[in-house]
Amino acid sequence: MSVNSAHKSGFGATLWDWLTTVDHKKIGILYLAAGAFFFLLGGLEALIIRIQLISPQNDFISAGLYNEMITMHGTTMIFFAATPLLFGLMNYIMPLQIGARDVAFPFLNSLGFWLFFFGGIMLNLSWFTGAPDAGWTNYAPLSLQSPGHGVDFYVMGLQLSGAGTLMSGINFIVTIVLMRAPGMTYMRMPLFTWTTFVTSILVLFAFPALTVGLFLMMFDRMFGTAFFDVALGGNSIIWQHLFWIFGHPEVYILILPAFGVFSEILPTFSKKRLFGYTAMVFATFLIAFLGFMVWAHHMFTVGLGPVANSIFAVATMAIAVPTGIKIFNWLFTLWGGSITINSAMLWTLAFIPSFTIGGMTGVMLASSVADYQYHDSYFVVGHFHYVIVGGVVFALLAAMHYWWPKMFGRYLHEGMGKLAFWTFFIGFHLTFFIQHFLGLMGMPRRYWVFLEDQGLDAGNLISTIGAFFMTFGVLVFVINIFYTWKKGEKAPGDAWGTGRTLEWATASPPIHFNFKQMPLVRGLDPLWIEKMEGNNKMTPAEPMDEIHMPNGSILPLIMTIGFFIASYGFIYQVDHKAWLIAVYVGMAIGMGCMLIRSLRDDHGYHISKEEVEREGD
Amino acid sequence: MSHHDHSIDPKNLTQDPSKATMEGKHKFLGLWIFLGGETVLFACLFGTYLALKDSTAGGPSTHDLYGLELVFLMTVLLLTSSLTSVYAIYHMKNNDFKKMQLWMGITAALGLAFLGFEIYEFAHYIHDYGFTFRSSAFGSAFYALVGFHGGHVVFGLSWIITLMVRNAKRGLNLYNAPKYNTFALYWHFIDVVWVFIFTVVYLMGMVS
Repeated sequence: MSVNSAHKSGFGATLWDWLTTVDHKKIGILYLAAGAFFFLLGGLEALIIRIQLISPQNDFISAGLYNEMITMHGTTMIFFAATPLLFGLMNYIMPLQIGARDVAFPFLNSLGFWLFFFGGIMLNLSWFTGAPDAGWTNYAPLSLQSPGHGVDFYVMGLQLSGAGTLMSGINFIVTIVLMRAPGMTYMRMPLFTWTTFVTSILVLFAFPALTVGLFLMMFDRMFGTAFFDVALGGNSIIWQHLFWIFGHPEVYILILPAFGVFSEILPTFSKKRLFGYTAMVFATFLIAFLGFMVWAHHMFTVGLGPVANSIFAVATMAIAVPTGIKIFNWLFTLWGGSITINSAMLWTLAFIPSFTIGGMTGVMLASSVADYQYHDSYFVVGHFHYVIVGGVVFALLAAMHYWWPKMFGRYLHEGMGKLAFWTFFIGFHLTFFIQHFLGLMGMPRRYWVFLEDQGLDAGNLISTIGAFFMTFGVLVFVINIFYTWKKGEKAPGDAWGTGRTLEWATASPPIHFNFKQMPLVRGLDPLWIEKMEGNNKMTPAEPMDEIHMPNGSILPLIMTIGFFIASYGFIYQVDHKAWLIAVYVGMAIGMGCMLIRSLRDDHGYHISKEEVEREGD
Repeated sequence: MSHHDHSIDPKNLTQDPSKATMEGKHKFLGLWIFLGGETVLFACLFGTYLALKDSTAGGPSTHDLYGLELVFLMTVLLLTSSLTSVYAIYHMKNNDFKKMQLWMGITAALGLAFLGFEIYEFAHYIHDYGFTFRSSAFGSAFYALVGFHGGHVVFGLSWIITLMVRNAKRGLNLYNAPKYNTFALYWHFIDVVWVFIFTVVYLMGMVS
């Protein structure tokens, strides 16, 4: 299809193309592939945890390995599975939805991906030498006293990937502000673009707090400073504050794009415009704002005092209001619609009650007095898996089924889609519903074993059986991907026939410059408007002309490898100062690439008018 | 090939070459947004410093260390460098490359002088008081906050010196004008952060 693919010859050229790409669609696919890989790793870790807890006083894995397992499961799932999978979707879909040819900073986009990817690789390489074991929250002083280098890998891996995430956030904001097609006013933007925008703002303000926290942790562990060392006047609560100033917005960084996904799928398969569009946009902002103001609800039992606890409790409960607005708007979108039930819709419909249960237990936890009972129990584990799995993972699977034909030109198999849905859905509720009750009966989270005949045996067994159901569902989905790759039914541009937004006005998959001519947007759901007026296509907003495109570059990859080497140096210079060489060499490579980037003018290239006309839709 | 030529014909001047291209506008907004993130970054470091500034663990305290003369001089140097960068951008907007380079050069010189005094200050604390980032939580927080700012100054200086050397013979064009503009914005931000450091660290440290 694309000009580039015509020149491709063999594996080497294809690999080079993917390593140097600055195309937002390819980077989106890279994010999805890498995120899926880490998702499978994180899922495997979860399964091992559940097998260990299948029966009382089990000795399937040792206590130390169990600590590594829960730490890596949480860290991997949040930072290297959920976030990048959503960023992959944003990268692929958002520019198409606003009628742009690329993101504002294609080079930075590529750099952001590689930093995330090598951060994840770094973290997982720690399995060979000792993984981090201080929990995904990495609380000081536990993390300071953790022996070996596990926690150091956590610190450096998250620092690398966090830098990449911040770059993507800035990139998305500028793209949305400056690169919308003519007529695409803010209040005509699709909800997924809106949530990408608001999520990026959250990334912008949340990730620097993590950067600082990791920086302080790095210096305490590797260079002997005393930020968290009480003997020298340090204060370990600072880590908790910094971590949760980042960590609480992070869950909204995950859930808001999920809301955006559902807000795209429901109108498409209900054949109605989204109910309460304006209220949805407003609610998104309100959730984002409140999401920033409530971090201390993770610290009710730290001893901040009743006044602080009350303020944070009330602010936390207030989030239920805009979230409730959203839930009702989704229901009203369905109301009276001409509804198609397929795999994408099944995940969406299942999300509504599942997420609502998670929201209700959230309000229960927000009550700071009651939280003294729930704190660090399995009730909390049940709660956050209901919102993260029932919200984010359901959204990712819904989005995969919904946008797969757009991204790869083929439909995922419906039968396998439904099988995966039902097994995963049943398994999910089996696993996590019972955990609320285990928590109320006194089972603490993070415990390696539990004792016999304390009323916890049956619940844990059921929970583990559920985990196997979920595993089965994921495997069916993976098989579906391979089946679709080989034999899937081909999809046209408007794959569902009821597409409303601009991405459905392109070919499936889109040509590498997305739009031959920028489309003219005449209202909300622009493609739907054109279809209702009997036009098959968008009206172009500009004459056919040559198109300016950015050049690919290998520099982002090399730069990242430089910082990756330097990170190893930082970790191991504690053992032997010779490792400082790795710091210097790595930094020289990274900085050298930045210098090359500054010294060389890169004007990109132009696709001639004739070539643009020749490209098939 | 007219599309590929980004140089400016001096007779056909663009008003503000830094924003004449889409890329220039993207960069300017992108840097503004980046500074939003930087604000949070420094806010967290300020918060950490405020929480730990009295945790001296028996070591030197703010009263023992700080002296106003040096930091006042540093403040004057850095604030003046912000002003000179404004002159540079003013000349860029009038397409006067030579004057822009001159004022950017003065900006860099002032920044280097600031950095020199900062290094002197740190060396003074370490040698005369034995005050390092390992001495106490206060020491860690002080060097983290002020050192992080200093790191930003180093980065800014390498940025502008690279730009000036790189473009010395090429002159001003639509491709490099946005780079000077974003640098100037970044440099102002560094100055604003220093004003807060001057107040929160040094002034408050001496009066409390």
